[in-house]
Formats: sequence, structure tokens, C-alpha cells
Amino acid sequence: MSPRLAWRKSLNVVMLSLTGLCALLTVSALFFILGYLAWNGGKDLSWSFFTHLPAPVGEVGGGMANAIVGSMKLLLLAALFGVPIGLLGGVYLAEFGGRTVPFLVRYTADLMNGVPSIVMGIFAYALVVMPMHHFSTLAGGIALGIMVIPTVLRNTESFLRDVPLSLREGSFALGANKWRMIATVVLPAASRGILTGVLLALARVAGETAPLLFTAFGNRYWSPGWMQPTSSLPVVIYTYATGPYEDWHRQAWAAGLVLLGLVLVTNILVRAFLTRGTAYERT
Amino acid sequence: MASTPNAATPTDFTANPRSWLRRWAGADEIAHLITLLAAATLLLIAVLLVYQLWTLSGEARTKFGWGFFVTKTWDPVAGDFGALPFIYGTLMTSAVALIIAVPLGVGAAIFLAELATPNLSSSLTFVSDLLAAVPSVIYGLLGVFLLVPLMRTTIQPALKKTLGFLPFFQGPAYGIGFLTAGIVLAIMIVPFVLSVSREVLLAVPRDQREAALALGATKWESTWKVVVPAARIGIFGSVFLALARALGETMAVTMVIGNNPKISASLFSPGYSIASVLANEFSEATGNLYLSALIELGLVLFLLTFVLNGLARLLILVTTARGSGVLPT
Repeated sequence: MSPRLAWRKSLNVVMLSLTGLCALLTVSALFFILGYLAWNGGKDLSWSFFTHLPAPVGEVGGGMANAIVGSMKLLLLAALFGVPIGLLGGVYLAEFGGRTVPFLVRYTADLMNGVPSIVMGIFAYALVVMPMHHFSTLAGGIALGIMVIPTVLRNTESFLRDVPLSLREGSFALGANKWRMIATVVLPAASRGILTGVLLALARVAGETAPLLFTAFGNRYWSPGWMQPTSSLPVVIYTYATGPYEDWHRQAWAAGLVLLGLVLVTNILVRAFLTRGTAYERT
Repeated sequence: MASTPNAATPTDFTANPRSWLRRWAGADEIAHLITLLAAATLLLIAVLLVYQLWTLSGEARTKFGWGFFVTKTWDPVAGDFGALPFIYGTLMTSAVALIIAVPLGVGAAIFLAELATPNLSSSLTFVSDLLAAVPSVIYGLLGVFLLVPLMRTTIQPALKKTLGFLPFFQGPAYGIGFLTAGIVLAIMIVPFVLSVSREVLLAVPRDQREAALALGATKWESTWKVVVPAARIGIFGSVFLALARALGETMAVTMVIGNNPKISASLFSPGYSIASVLANEFSEATGNLYLSALIELGLVLFLLTFVLNGLARLLILVTTARGSGVLPT
């Protein structure tokens, strides 16, 4: 073997191992994060964490019941506001669209997907908080809802397009109208994929902090109704982690573990079960 | 599907004028209209977003003009606002993040697209997708309690000792600062570089690889000199996409950058980014001018990510359209 060939072969081995190392590093980051959170947060996770209100500032103990409920309320609002618009918009793109409007909608959806979440917070602030003159659960829910729309819309469209033409033709041949064909044949056929998109979009906004900072704000107590500021898990993690108390830090770890657990479990379940047999890379 | 058995045939459908189906014959137009309205809502939201950002930042725009972008002072008490320290901080942290994340992400993508078996490749992609789903505040939490102490006691002193002659690695090691924020950002954007790069690499036709191997190239040579150049434009696209993410990333950066509106060449010094000044000061901004200056910062951030995202999509589209026609979103 000439020295030149030996050099080329060893370069081959070295560089290919380096790419493997890159992949290993990237992938191990997730396990490291998960392990570190479980190690630090696990020991402070107790029953009272889920059932108690935060203790008065400076006192040890208390829980995050209000933040957990607040996050659920925000997600419910986001789903109620964002999912119908995204779903129907997706149906329009896949089933009715002409040329110009769908192009515009698609482009806008992709653009909105890339808008930083903090800018969405400013938008919801201008839209809801400024006219009402106070922070509210509603404002936070709308901020998150707007962020859900583009993902659900694009995803619904792509899964509807995957429904075979023969199903549509069969439905027409049986005398169905177009709307009937969509509602009873095409949508059910694409339902698993659509549900995947909805759940993944909700899991993503569940962890969003930035748009809530000046819309839902925060609250150390229960938030009755929809018009009061509310606490939420991501915002509490931020406040507690940057706060001065040792006990807050420990609770931030516990809350982080709960949030990460919820987001990852949703992601894994959805991707593992709902996308079986469909190309989930498309979402 | 049909409520009555005979409702499914066209003859009954026209013969019986009182049929439920008959009455809803015009429903197609209604369904069309409803879905069109939903799609139009998205357009309306986008227009409103731009309109709100533009009008609400009006006061600051008229008062400071283009000088806003080159003024270094940020003094809410005196009513003096300049965006330069925040723009600097945003660009600096994003640059650090790209320098770390691009080689790592592209390297990993090469492994997944060229070397790994399909099973291994898809399970590793799955893990990387999960990594992309980890909330930003979790990265911030790890940054504050794990990375910052590590930077202060170990990494920054080591960098100072070895590379201290460069202006980037000078000054006291606080732990927080541009470098720490950049490292956290890098970990957050690697999955985006990885998944898009893998997609465009896989879109390169198989005969290109085989032709290179047949000419006697090693696996690495065929990858580096044939496949990667063919996917070059798409890889640039993935970098722009990741850059857009990094610019707008808020929570993790806010928690470790130090929140100090200062311009310094040293990566060790605390700084501030556009997104983090919004996160910290927006809810307590007093006075219209203060709020309007903050909203103008939001507008700048919006425009930056808008341009970068548009460019990225174009580049990825060009590459994959030549290959397999897959458009990753």
C-alpha cells in the first residue's frame, strides 16, 4: 500500500468515526438532560407538590397545584382557539383551495411558525392585555393558541393530501356531496395523522414560557375564572430558578422534571403509537 | 354513513325533495366558506401582528429614527433608548452557537444519512426530535445550575490560560455571559441542523455515491467531495433555519447571559439580547416611550427571523426539489 493510499484510508476511518462521535454527543445530550433532571428533581417530588399552593415567600415547603391547573387551563384555551382554525384552514388548503389564496396561506403559516415566541407574547399583549388593562388567563391562552394554528394547519393539509383519490371517488360514486365526502370519508381516514399534529403542537406550546410572561403573567394563588392572571409551570420554573431562595431552586428542579416528563411522554406516545404506519417525518 | 338505506342512491336523493340530503345540497358552498374563513383568519392574524408591531413602535421610531440601531445607551429613567447592545448580544450569542452547532449537527447528519443502518438512523433521528421538543426553560434551568458554575470554575479559566491572548477570552470569569449563552443555544439548535441536513443529504441521488465509489474514492471522499457539495445549498438552508431559532430564543438565553446592556469583545463578559430584554423589562415598562422602544426591538427581531426563515425555506426547497422532492418543515 502506497503512503498516499494509507493516508487516504486512515483519513477515511478518522473522519467517519468523528461523524459517529458527533451523532453520539447529540443523542446523549437528551439522556444527560433527562438523567440530571431526574437526579435533581426526583427527590423533591412529593404528593404536596401536586396538591398545595406555594408557601409564602421565604418559607420552606408548599407546592405548585395552582401552576399545574393554570397550565392546563392555558392549554385548553389554546386548543379551543387554535385547533379549529388550524383544522378547518388545513381542510381548505387540501380540499377547496384555488391557486393564489392557498399559496399565501401556506407561506404565512410557515412564516408564523418561525416567529419567535416572545414576539407572539407582544402580539397577544397588544391584542388582549392592552384593551383589557390587565393580565389574564385568556391573553395567555390566545398567545399559545396563535402559536398552535400554523402547525396544525400545515399538518392537517399534508395528511389530507395523503388520502388516496380512490376513497374520494368511491364516496362521490355513492352520491355524497363534497362536504359529506370530506366529513365522513377523508377526515376519518386522515384522523390519526391529524391527531398527531394537534398533540405535538400542544406539547410544544405547553413548555413555552416567553409568550406567557406578559400575558398570563403569574399568580401565587388560585386564579378564578379566565380573566385573572394565572400561574403556569414554565413561568414558575423561570421565576424560581432565577430567584434567591434555596427552596425555590429545589422546587424549580421538581417542576422542571414534571414539565419535561409530560412533554417527552406525550411526544413518545404520539410518535410511537399514532404514527405507526404513517410517515411521521412529514409533520 | 347514511341514516336510511335508500338515502345513499342518487335517484332517491332527487326524488324526495324533503330529504335531509337534498336540503343540504347547497352545503358545499357553506363548507367552502367556513374553511376559507378559517384560512383567512391566519392571514388576518399575520397582518394584525405586523400592523400592531408597526403602530405601537411608532413613538420610538419617530423619536429615535435610524439612530436607534447605533445608539449604545439604554436608560429607561432618562428616556434614552438605543438598540445596539441588544443587537450585538443577539448576534454574538448566535454566532457562538452556530460555530459549535453547525459542525456537530452536520457531522451527526452525515453519520445518520451515510453510515448508520436505516433502523439506527431512524431511532437516532427520533431521539434528536425529542431533543428539539425539550422546552427552552429546561435548558435555562440546566444552564443556571450546571453550566454556569462549570464555566466559572473550570472552562473559562482553562480557555483564558490557553487562548487568553485573543480578545475573546479575556476578563474575569463570571460564569454567565455571551459564551455560556452561546453554548446553551448551540445545544438547543443542533437538532434543527441535524434533521434538515439529514433530509437534504438523503435527497442526493444514490448513483452519485456509487459513481464516486466506483472511481476508487473512499467512503469519506465520496461523502465529503460528492454528497456534501451536492447538498450544500440545503445545508446552508438548515444553518439559516437554526440561526433564526437562535436569534429568537428567549428563556434559556435570559437565564444565563447576565442581563447587562454592555458591548464587549470578550465572550466572558455579561451581555443582553433582544429577546431577553423583552422578557425582563416588558411587563414592568413604565411610560409609552419605554414600551414603544421595547416593541420596536420586537419588530427588529420579527424582521430578522422573517428574512432568515424565508431564505432558509427557499434554499431547502431548491435542494430537495432537485433530489427526492421532500420538503421538511
